[in-house]
Amino acid sequence: MTMSHISGASSSSAPPEQRDRRQVMVRLARAPGLLPLVTLVSILIVWEVSCQVFAIPSFVLPSPTRILGGFGAIPFPRWLDHIWSTLRVALIGYVVSIVIAIPTAVMLTRSEMLSRALYPILVVIQATPVVAVAPVIIVALGSGDLPRVVITFLITFFPLVVSTTTGLLATPPELIELSRSLRAPAIREMTQIRLPFAIPYVFSALKISITLAVIGAVVAEFVAADKGIGYYIQFSTSMFQVQQAWAGLVVLVAISLALFQLVAAAQRIWFPWSIPSERS
Amino acid sequence: MGKAAQSAIRFSNVGQVFRTQSGTLEALRGVDLTIERHEFVAVLGPSGCGKSTLLRLTAGLLTPTSGKVEVFGLSVAEPRDDIGIVFQKPTLLPWASAEDNVVFPLRHKAGRVNAGDREKARQILARMGLAGFEKRLPSELSGGMQQRVGIARALFMDPDILLMDEPFSALDALTRDEMGFELLHIWEARPKTVMFITHSISEAVLLADRVLVMSERPGRIIENLTIDLPRPRGFETTNNKVMHDYVSHLRSLLLKRAA
Repeated sequence: MTMSHISGASSSSAPPEQRDRRQVMVRLARAPGLLPLVTLVSILIVWEVSCQVFAIPSFVLPSPTRILGGFGAIPFPRWLDHIWSTLRVALIGYVVSIVIAIPTAVMLTRSEMLSRALYPILVVIQATPVVAVAPVIIVALGSGDLPRVVITFLITFFPLVVSTTTGLLATPPELIELSRSLRAPAIREMTQIRLPFAIPYVFSALKISITLAVIGAVVAEFVAADKGIGYYIQFSTSMFQVQQAWAGLVVLVAISLALFQLVAAAQRIWFPWSIPSERS
Repeated sequence: MGKAAQSAIRFSNVGQVFRTQSGTLEALRGVDLTIERHEFVAVLGPSGCGKSTLLRLTAGLLTPTSGKVEVFGLSVAEPRDDIGIVFQKPTLLPWASAEDNVVFPLRHKAGRVNAGDREKARQILARMGLAGFEKRLPSELSGGMQQRVGIARALFMDPDILLMDEPFSALDALTRDEMGFELLHIWEARPKTVMFITHSISEAVLLADRVLVMSERPGRIIENLTIDLPRPRGFETTNNKVMHDYVSHLRSLLLKRAA
């Protein structure tokens, strides 16, 4: 409040033409998505021009227009096939991870013994590079979706458990006292107080994990697959069709962004109160 | 024996020792106090003197290391249904409307609430000056309004005893006085036994029938001052000569201890 008064006073004391320019800049800065779009288009133009002017070989860095051409290398239904393959593994792994992680977090906060027993194992799982274990898992579990889902699960599980546990423990102690003073059943302390209070933490982890899930699915495809965007990228590079690999990369980024936005939208729609407001 | 015949709250030689990682911490030593039914008692003391421990012992959230805590003649073994607690911070459920926050104790204890309960919650909110704000989320209410909802939540189960742990200390001075008088208004209309923890001398004198002063840790009761000011009290009470005498007496007592 005070701050805006001060800045308001200083801008009105500036010369009028400078003030106008500043107002235009402010309006531009506030238009949602406009500035990032300007940045993106600028980068694309510089990229394209550099590729042409310096004659960069396309296996080093294909120009944006060549990448666009890369999309045409396979027919659209084939694209959908690859996308669906990656998306399916990522989503199944993600959902399995959520279904196991949240009850695990609840158990970890309920029992200190269990927490001490399980936590080191969780850290070991997280410390093991999934990329390195992936081949082992594929050998052990064979081809098909199962090993790929397991790899996705392993990469998304830890952030979910840790964040949910933190959230469950972040409940204001007064509300736990209120619950105890009411002699309410312990299950309701969990469902009516602790779990809802953990929602902001859970969603932070859900947002991180959804992008990790895509990474997990791609890593699994790198090791062994005959379908999927990860497979397609690897296949294209081995054929020196770098612009096709780039096209696959663009699709992956689009998938990741779309999934991330879906999770963010779910939070906005169902748990609007859990999004920190800009007021401090 | 009926409730009327007994003291609402009685501490007999209560001591409380907490075990912490760095050793033991003696919060209370030899505390004796009695609060009569429908009496408004303020507990005043320096920070960290165990005032809140007193409140948690009464609520049955803690069991005393030594001595005895009784509520209406019965030793406190577990939390009772006839006690409402107001905390320093409103600590409302951020996802629930004001009305849902007020009915929360019942929903939490019994698992469900009916239309009559909601009507009762709306009445309490209206009494707290929050008519029209029933559907607002806590984030849409001011600090003072949030604490009003906190008080309404404590009143919802219609407790005999209201325990208040520095309930107005997070509010600005003006809102704080206003809330104090509103609390008195509600208390005079529907008398309850109030244990009001505070570190504000003037607030203690202005609101209470009696002020208990605690020493620094380990906390003991070092003064039991009956406040003989006419009721109902309001802003004009703050100009009362007698009130200033009480305030300066308590201040010199606390300053002497601190020196």
